[in-house]
Formats: sequence, C-alpha cells, structure tokens
Amino acid sequence: MLPRSSGDPMVPQVARVVASRRELGDVWTLDIDAGPSGFPFQPGQFNMLYAFGVGEAAISISGDPAKARRLIHTIRSVGKVSDALARLNAGDTVGVRGPFGGGWPVAAAEGADVVIVAGGLGLAPLRPSIYQLLANRDRYGRIVLLCGARSPNDILYRSELEEWRARLDIDIDVSVDHASPEWHGNVGVVTTLMPRASFDPARTVAMICGPEIMMRFVAIELENRGVEPARIYLSMERNMKCAIGRCGHCQFSSDFVCKDGPVATWAHLRRLLSLKEI
Amino acid sequence: MIVGMDAIIREHRFFAGLDEPTIRLLAGCARNVVFKSGQYLFHAGEDANEFYLVREGRVALDVVTPGRSAITFQTVGPGEIVGVSWLLPPYKWMHDAHAVDPVRAIGMDAKCLRGKCDADHDVGYEMMRRFLPVLVSRLHATRLQLLDVYGKPD
Repeated sequence: MLPRSSGDPMVPQVARVVASRRELGDVWTLDIDAGPSGFPFQPGQFNMLYAFGVGEAAISISGDPAKARRLIHTIRSVGKVSDALARLNAGDTVGVRGPFGGGWPVAAAEGADVVIVAGGLGLAPLRPSIYQLLANRDRYGRIVLLCGARSPNDILYRSELEEWRARLDIDIDVSVDHASPEWHGNVGVVTTLMPRASFDPARTVAMICGPEIMMRFVAIELENRGVEPARIYLSMERNMKCAIGRCGHCQFSSDFVCKDGPVATWAHLRRLLSLKEI
Repeated sequence: MIVGMDAIIREHRFFAGLDEPTIRLLAGCARNVVFKSGQYLFHAGEDANEFYLVREGRVALDVVTPGRSAITFQTVGPGEIVGVSWLLPPYKWMHDAHAVDPVRAIGMDAKCLRGKCDADHDVGYEMMRRFLPVLVSRLHATRLQLLDVYGKPD
C-alpha cells in the first residue's frame, strides 16, 4: 500500500509489489499496490521507481487509469537499477515518486481518428491511453494501432493485442523486423504498415512511442500522409533524475523532458530530433 | 462475368491514374495468377521473367543463409509489388518469395514489359516514375531495419 504523500516530490513513498510477471526475455511487469485512495495519473506520465540500495529510474506507467488501486510498470532490464527493479517479487517494497510529466492528448483527441504507433517497449507508455480510448470508444473516429517489434518473440502484451483485435472496433496491425518463414504475420519495419492503415489524415491525432529514430521515421510518414505536425505526439526518453526540472539531467535543448515532456508534438520536436549536438 | 485484364489492372493501386491506352498496352503483358499458401513465386538465382502485383493475400520475401534457416525480411500485401530485379540486368531474383496466405496477383511478363518500355519511352518513364518510389521507400525501410532499433542498448 502506498502511504499518503509527504507533499515533497523528492521523497519516495514506500509501496509493496503485489505481483511480478515476465513479459519477454528481459522485460517484466510489476503490479504495485497503490492503496485504497489509489494513484491517479494521466496516460503517458511516468514515476520514479526506487530500488532500495541500488538507485532510482524513470519508468512509464503502463496500467489502466481507471484501475487506480494498482500501479503497473513494465520494465526492461538494461542496467543496474532497472535490473534490480525487474527482479522485485511479490511482497518486496519499492520507492515511488510521481506521477510526473505531461501525458498523451486522449481528451483532446475526442472526435478525431486516432493513430497509435508503438515500437518495441514503446507500447507500455501508450497502453494507458489505449485503455481510455477503448473505454470511451464512441467518442472517437477510427482507432488504429500499429506495433513494431524486433521478432515475433519480442511482441509486448501479445495476448492483450489479440483481445483488442477481437473487439473489431480497433484496427491493429503488427510487424516484426525479422522472422523465420514459420511466422505468418507481417515482416518489415513498422513504417511499412502505414500505407495499409485506414484513417483520415485531416482529422487524425497520432501518438508515437518507441526508439527515437523509429519515431522520427513514423512522424515523417504521418506528415507525408497529411497529418498536421501539431497533431502528431511523441514520447521522449532522457536520463531523468529529479523529475521536476531542477537537476538538468534530462535537458533537451531548452526543454526539460521530465516536466516539459515526456510527450511533445512533432511540430516542436522535428528540428530538435535532427540535431546530433543534443 | 468475365473481367478483362485491363479492368483488373486499372483497379490495382500501383497503376492508379494510368491513361487508358497505356492500361491496354500493359494488359497485353499481364495474366492472372494464384498461389497456394506456402507455394513459392520464385527462388533466388532464377531469371526474373515475371513480377507480381498482389491483389489478395501476402507474400513473404526470404533469404537463405547456408547452415541457417531462412529469414523473412519483408512481407508484401494487397496493392503492393513483388519483385524489382526484372528492371535491371542481369534480371535475376536475389531472394525467394513465397505465399503466406492464398495469393491472387497480376503476373506481369517482364520481358514483354521491358520491350514495351523500350519501344515507347513515355510508357518506360511512367513505369520508372511508379517503381522509383517503391524502391526508395524499401531502401529507407531497409536502413531502419539495419539499425536494429529495438535491440538492447549497449
């Protein structure tokens, strides 16, 4: 259970891990008890998770905003801290600070077609927005979800993708970069799914999350299709430390990704993402 | 009702907007083809005598490395094209192609089409204008694929 916040955003609250499950080879999902008052957040926001004695890392919230009593984080074990977090088991404690940053424009997209493009683990920060879109399905036009992964074994939330596809009111397509001939799905980078996707560019809001270079290619494709750069949203990732815009670790040009992002428009990021100096 | 090849060609995304005389000219090089799931359209090293405009189903493009199982590097679906090696000498396929699902396609006789492009440069220019964007977008996709962007960071 997450105790009442002290009000100081730099002080982590101690919470208990309720469950841990392996999603992929090096990817784990933690269910954290958020207590009876829950943990309200906006899709796209992140928390700082503290593995006691090891360190803190910024991890996107990947659960359902409507189920506020459970705080869900999907973590890829890539370093000391993320490895320690990924190894937590039910009953272990973890420090939580958050939620931080601005989220996806789920409410602002009402009435529009919504195109969501996820690459690899990028589906995790997008999943809360998908839950919200589907919970209010009648408020949106077409909803298209395009997912890219390295191989068929690296498709995140595969069973959930299959459930969503079965709803028939969301167009889902998945493509992997490489596969053996036994794979009967699409092969090719995620941008190759774009020409096959059906949406009205003039009334589309797009949300993209994945490796930066993939997001850049996807945003360019969407812009070429006629989607306004100001209606294309990307989620940035930088080395976040304080998460409140004080320490400067996540500075990206004049922005602090932790407080000005992590979600920003392609209109804002287009020039910055092509500058190798930053 | 029997539908002529010109009507089938006109409906394919690749030939969208072509004028009627050119469509009739191209129809002379076209035939309907069907492949069962798992059936090969062609193998690496064979003469690139025919390329395909997919109407239904998906085709996987594979490369075989000795001692390893084949790797699929791209799938091609409805409205897209299978095969570009027919465009330039030595007109040999560089990879295998097999049907993932039952595939219906337009098979274009490459020799016939090359002849028509040579005889009428306007037709040749029109074909190049349509093939170049396909080649460029595949080149861009290949670059992105080579970057292995989903790989574990070092």
